[in-house]
Amino acid sequence: MPLLEFTSKGIYCKQADVYLDPWRGVDKALISHGHSDHARWGTKQYITNEINVPIIKHRLGNIIASGRKYNETFTINGVQFSFHPAGHVPGSSQIRAEYKGEIWVFTGDYKTQADGISTVFEPVPCHTFITESTFGLPVFQWEQPQKVHDSINQWWAQNHSEKTTSLLMGYSLGKVQRLLKHLDSSISKIYTHGATEHMTQVLRQFIDFPRTELITRDTTKKEIEGSLVLAPPAVLGSAWIKKLGLLSTGYASGWMAFRGARRRRAVDRAFVLSDHADWKGLLSAIRATGCENVITTHGYTELFAQYLKEQGWNARTQKTQYESETEEILVAE
Amino acid sequence: MRRFATLVKMLDATNKTNKKVDTLTQYFKEAPKKDGLWAVALLSHRRPSRPVTTTLMRNWAAELAGIPKWLFEESYHIVGDLAEAIALLTQKEGGVAAPSLSACIEKIIILKSQTDEEKKQYILSQWKSLNYFESFVFNKILTGGFRIGVSQKLMTRALSRAVNVDEKILAHRLMGQWTPQTTSFERLILHPNPEDQISQPYPFFLAYPIEEDLFFKKEEADQWHIEHKWDGIRAQLILRKGSHFLWSRGEELITDKFPELEVLKNLLPRGTVIDAELIPFKNGFIGNFQDLQKRIGRKTVSKKLQEDIPIVLMAYDLLELDGEDLREKPLWERQEKLDVLLKKFKSSDCPLLLSKVYRFKNWKAVRLEREQANKKRSEGLMIKHKEAPYGVGRQKGSWWKWKSDPKSIDAVLTYAMRGHGRRTNLYTDYTFALWEKGELVTFAKAYSGLTDIEIKKLDQFVKQNTLDRFGPVRQVTPQLVFEIAFEGIAPSSRHKSGIAVRFPRISRWRHDKKIEEANSLDDLKAMLP
Repeated sequence: MPLLEFTSKGIYCKQADVYLDPWRGVDKALISHGHSDHARWGTKQYITNEINVPIIKHRLGNIIASGRKYNETFTINGVQFSFHPAGHVPGSSQIRAEYKGEIWVFTGDYKTQADGISTVFEPVPCHTFITESTFGLPVFQWEQPQKVHDSINQWWAQNHSEKTTSLLMGYSLGKVQRLLKHLDSSISKIYTHGATEHMTQVLRQFIDFPRTELITRDTTKKEIEGSLVLAPPAVLGSAWIKKLGLLSTGYASGWMAFRGARRRRAVDRAFVLSDHADWKGLLSAIRATGCENVITTHGYTELFAQYLKEQGWNARTQKTQYESETEEILVAE
Repeated sequence: MRRFATLVKMLDATNKTNKKVDTLTQYFKEAPKKDGLWAVALLSHRRPSRPVTTTLMRNWAAELAGIPKWLFEESYHIVGDLAEAIALLTQKEGGVAAPSLSACIEKIIILKSQTDEEKKQYILSQWKSLNYFESFVFNKILTGGFRIGVSQKLMTRALSRAVNVDEKILAHRLMGQWTPQTTSFERLILHPNPEDQISQPYPFFLAYPIEEDLFFKKEEADQWHIEHKWDGIRAQLILRKGSHFLWSRGEELITDKFPELEVLKNLLPRGTVIDAELIPFKNGFIGNFQDLQKRIGRKTVSKKLQEDIPIVLMAYDLLELDGEDLREKPLWERQEKLDVLLKKFKSSDCPLLLSKVYRFKNWKAVRLEREQANKKRSEGLMIKHKEAPYGVGRQKGSWWKWKSDPKSIDAVLTYAMRGHGRRTNLYTDYTFALWEKGELVTFAKAYSGLTDIEIKKLDQFVKQNTLDRFGPVRQVTPQLVFEIAFEGIAPSSRHKSGIAVRFPRISRWRHDKKIEEANSLDDLKAMLP
């Protein structure tokens, strides 16, 4: 019997009677990170990294959640579990499970690049590696993040000099804070949309961020002229956006690597910045675990597994309910 | 190259027309003339002929990227654009000075006659040294299809601002078959030589689809001239200095494909230019558009083909008479002159007919005439303001097309393919089938007509209901019914269904219908005229 198996409710460890990132409500679940496709509502007891506790409490409301430090081992019915940094967003973990000498690691989502706000990814040796493969195609090769942040600041400075407000959009948990952390606040003021402001507030207890101001009903166009506004991509095409006056719009996502996706998104500037590992990142992470078996879970799972097989791994795919190919679309809605 | 790649990047980065024009204008002002001319050529779809097959390019790119061939192919299908896929897979930081646009293209032109090994060496060296965007542009020039969201009209406007030549005059100068290899910026754009212009066509004036509710309320019928909209190839016939030229709307010289028009050289006076529709016409009857494609498709036009598919030009406008440009004259005057001209030179073997001009007192009568379209084998009506000059390109206001209502049929979605360009990475190209003895038979492909939200929903459906995969194509569970609208319908031996439809598009997602309720092939056949 495998240590971790894939069931209709999610990834399940029978020996410990515990689920990993289940997509249905269960009694007890270990949670990799706070994004809504991994931390879902309805479970009685959540166990996760300590930084992720306030994040999922903010998202899921009144839940019972206990926090563990990275690399701290705890045992459930003989199975040793621990959380290890995944570098995806603050509080994100890979989940390690060990029983009678057999080691499995479930990555949740991860990236190998440092982002300045999340604890940096650490490879964890294991026998079986359950890896995401959102960007598991060789066309995805991320630039140095600093270059992207520099071009964002240049774009903002240019807009500021033209008395135009910059609307920078990204996912509310992780991406927005990563963007914020690297904004050059000497250019002008930084404003936020409600959805992004609240999550940023939750994270301020762990991370130093530049000052932000919430856009309210009383905020005037004149006041925010030339400043930068952080918001989730869902605001595009909404009434909220009209209140902002003369705008240049920017969107930061790994999907922006595709020209078609950039044109479809119809923003003025697209920044290729992802919280997932690129092709080389995925391959280096797999190599670093020294694993024999790889299970690819979301994204270009089949192609990636086929390539790994050719390279000598025992690789297969597994269907999950984590959002994958369609992430960009779902996030936007 | 760097300057041009930056231009493409900036054009790509904005959706605002004004910003695009500004960016282009700036480019034309700053770029060396030689590069500027190549930019004009590329943006008006004139490119050097392809020096290397895409198969070779794909093999080399996979090799350089260090990935197996199958993974390259999959990546390419997901990216949806070969030039972009190669640029992504071989991307480097760049940094090495790129050659100028004209130098690069000149090299590409020479490359055509070189060995595969020489081609490979050059192309790989470019992939290794160009940055991502330069590489993308380089690959686009190699593979063709340079679509970057800039219409010829927009490009002409920007160029007009940069060189201070009137937009309309410039549009005329840029017409026809020229290449930077045989002309210069100076000779083509700034100071053209009249000797070069014997064959040069005028820019075609194009109509907008009519905005019915608004138009008929606002306008008086007696101010407008009505014609039938013939279903053929829009063409411009030029007779100058003892030669004749026939241009298609796509600015292709198609004189050689229609040798029967040569007699016009002797029938009509020199210095005549006629705007017309080229249509198949046999024994006094208008034929199918599909037949015309057979004539265009053949390399040599045999006597038999001429006899099987005879053609005529249905003339409706006179742009030049006795060497004088008539385009600023009102429509009624041009039509009158055309009428006189054709009457004067009429003969039984003349492959030139006059498209009848109708004048009606009210819109109700126009509507009734439109109902005759099918019977008269036209696609609907053209509505032209009687006082209007002959414009340039697509302009709103004086020329409208009012097509017949499309035919439609309910069909089942059977296959879906990933889209290209803006639709990359989404399943947006669909195949539809009709019932035939309990089986679904493919009858049309369509990719337009759905809203963005519907496309997203359908994309999800395709991903969750895949039966089989063939490269970028997925076979899906037959479960969804769509209403497919189309213009013409004709028998066809090339189609499995035995029927070819023109301009199929999705008019509605029939959520209310089960696949059993979709139409049959017999229903479609019953629509044949």
